Amino acid sequence: MRNPQLNAAGDLTHLLTLEGLPAEIILRVLDTAVPFASIAEREVKKVPLLRGRSVFNLFFENSTRTRTTFEIAAKRLSADVINLNIGVSSTSKGETLLDTVDNLVAMNADMFVVRHAQSGAPHLIAAHLNRMGRTHVHVVNAGDGRHAHPTQGLLDLFTIRHYKKDFRNLVVAIVGDVLHSRVARSLIHGLTTLGTPEVRVIGPKTLIPTAVSSLGVRVHHDMREGLAGCDVVVMLRLQSERMRGALLPSTGEYFKHYGLTGEKLAVAKGDAIVMHPGPMNRGVEIESAVADGERSVILPQVTFGIAVRMAVLSIVAGA
Amino acid sequence: MKIEINHGRVIDPKHGLDRVTSLYVADGAVAAIGAAPSGFRADRAIDARGMVVCPGLIDLSARLREPGFEYKATLESEMQAAVAGGVTSLACPPDTDPPLDEPGLVQMLKHRARSLNQAHVYPIGALTVGLQGVELTEMGELAEAGCVAFSHAEAPLTDTGVLLRAMQYAATFGHRVWLRAQDAHLGKGGVAHDGEVSTRLGLPAIPAAAETIALASILALVRSTGVRVHICRLSTAEGVAMLRAAKEDGLPVTCDVAVHHLHLCDVDIGWFDPQCRLIPPLRGTRDRAALRAGLADGTIDLACSDHTPVDDDGKQVPFGEAEPGATGLELLLPLTLKWAQEDGIALPEALARITAQPAAVLGSNAGHLGVAAAADICIFDPARYWRVEPSALKSQGKNTPFVGLEVCGKVLTTIVAGQVVYETPAPAAP
Repeated sequence: MRNPQLNAAGDLTHLLTLEGLPAEIILRVLDTAVPFASIAEREVKKVPLLRGRSVFNLFFENSTRTRTTFEIAAKRLSADVINLNIGVSSTSKGETLLDTVDNLVAMNADMFVVRHAQSGAPHLIAAHLNRMGRTHVHVVNAGDGRHAHPTQGLLDLFTIRHYKKDFRNLVVAIVGDVLHSRVARSLIHGLTTLGTPEVRVIGPKTLIPTAVSSLGVRVHHDMREGLAGCDVVVMLRLQSERMRGALLPSTGEYFKHYGLTGEKLAVAKGDAIVMHPGPMNRGVEIESAVADGERSVILPQVTFGIAVRMAVLSIVAGA
Repeated sequence: MKIEINHGRVIDPKHGLDRVTSLYVADGAVAAIGAAPSGFRADRAIDARGMVVCPGLIDLSARLREPGFEYKATLESEMQAAVAGGVTSLACPPDTDPPLDEPGLVQMLKHRARSLNQAHVYPIGALTVGLQGVELTEMGELAEAGCVAFSHAEAPLTDTGVLLRAMQYAATFGHRVWLRAQDAHLGKGGVAHDGEVSTRLGLPAIPAAAETIALASILALVRSTGVRVHICRLSTAEGVAMLRAAKEDGLPVTCDVAVHHLHLCDVDIGWFDPQCRLIPPLRGTRDRAALRAGLADGTIDLACSDHTPVDDDGKQVPFGEAEPGATGLELLLPLTLKWAQEDGIALPEALARITAQPAAVLGSNAGHLGVAAAADICIFDPARYWRVEPSALKSQGKNTPFVGLEVCGKVLTTIVAGQVVYETPAPAAP
């Protein structure tokens, strides 16, 4: 089976997941993002790469940060950006996902940035476009269910490379709700593809998927054990609906075991960086002193996110 | 109508018959095998040289979608699919809309099916009213109306107290109970087997324990009530082991597997292929191997198609929103043959699992070619390949994970009660 995001020539035509993506393509995105990062510091923050192209932000699930950064990225590439916050209401109106897509294609969309609560929704759209012969329309996954959030994974990789230079001697720990996390899955695939020798996941058994070791990671349930000797600590967001119930008894107990504190971080390497995809729950997964501390690269992640998304949009569009 | 079927390989698993001979049909029944009865003059002769002549297939799970879901399929389309697949008897689960919980509905279904004059339909009654799991249905009335067993289809029966009562009541009158082993809570909201694939794809998971926990409850209640239970669509290796042990203990249980599960596993979901959204979910390769071995050694009594016509609207959506199910009536034979061929199972043994064995579970006198038995007959070409394409299927449900697959075994003629109800058009001359 051909990787559905590559065309017959092996070019990236959709970005759906980092799984199975060749390392050269991942590195090309990261390399392309480097000059875009400096555009942000210029007075005129625009390049004409996507002039005349229409990028549709198709968000079936609420998002502020991801949608905004995609919008900024597309605008800095001089694309026309149309935001559609479809939420769940459109399905109750009876229009199917593919009907919505067909309608927007009829409005001459060039690219869809898709967020959907169902794992695999962007794959469905990409396969549909390919089947209909709309190979000039591209799909970028902005987060699907628990499956993938490839641009977040890429910006995490960009951040790690920025501070640590080389992936091939790193220990990276991902902490928290891995079970429901598309961020974790994408980062794991990216790190393993780029040759990171040790990726760890840390969390209670209720929040770690059954077969996670098949992704090439080590599982730790004790946070201090898991953080020992780490170069990079990635904290995951705990959704509020999961803070109490059958998965976890309380936020207090969660913070006690898996919240990142200065004291727990002390077992990591002295120059370890702390990352978080946002939005943060201070005092639940991370204490403020660490989130705002000198090891934290959480805000640079956001800035890099725009450059990485510019790189993705321009590469996928073949610009 | 008198028919003679000449020089075919006649296989009747129930009677251990397997030889090239001729078979004579008169007055809707098998009149003789070998030599024609004296004075027999056929109205129709069928040359079956190189073909297999066997009892019509019996499928213990085929959703006809009537009443209630006619937009997905109609009795007409699905009964045509049945006979095109060589299926002459089929049992349909009660999860129609409304569910088959009233004698009137059952009579109507039987009447509609009979008037089409194709396959025999055996309705399975609902075990509880509205499949709500609270009140028992009038099993006696339903049985009189034509229900051959009682089941809860895919609706969870959360209250084991009700399950116990239902089994006790059924046991009192000798009714059969068919159940799929699924825990109502574990795996709720799940869409794929809990394993590497669901982990990778981020799909909500259904652990194997959802089956084994329910199976343990059912087997414990069978032990205490003595009711005859048929377990539908086993899916896990652990479940097969439990069934094997239960049978060794002499419990009155039988079970089946869907043909999909003999050939596919969760890896086939690929990049979220909604065709592979099935209930129970496709499980791991180890489970598939155990199911195949279980069917071979008799732990699993029979294979069924689990025919569930789903329209394109139900499948052209993300995996987790896709309607579960696949069309199967026309694939029961080739997929059973494929299993047999791959695992070195003799043809009569394989055919037993879709003829005599399901007949025994149904308590029906169908599924064999004994003299005076109803002439329900399937004639197929065991060496003819065909490609599964939507246009090649009679069923209104064109969705199956096997689209594009080249399969072997093509039904040529289907006879029900001595009448030819289906014939494959002869291939155009080259």
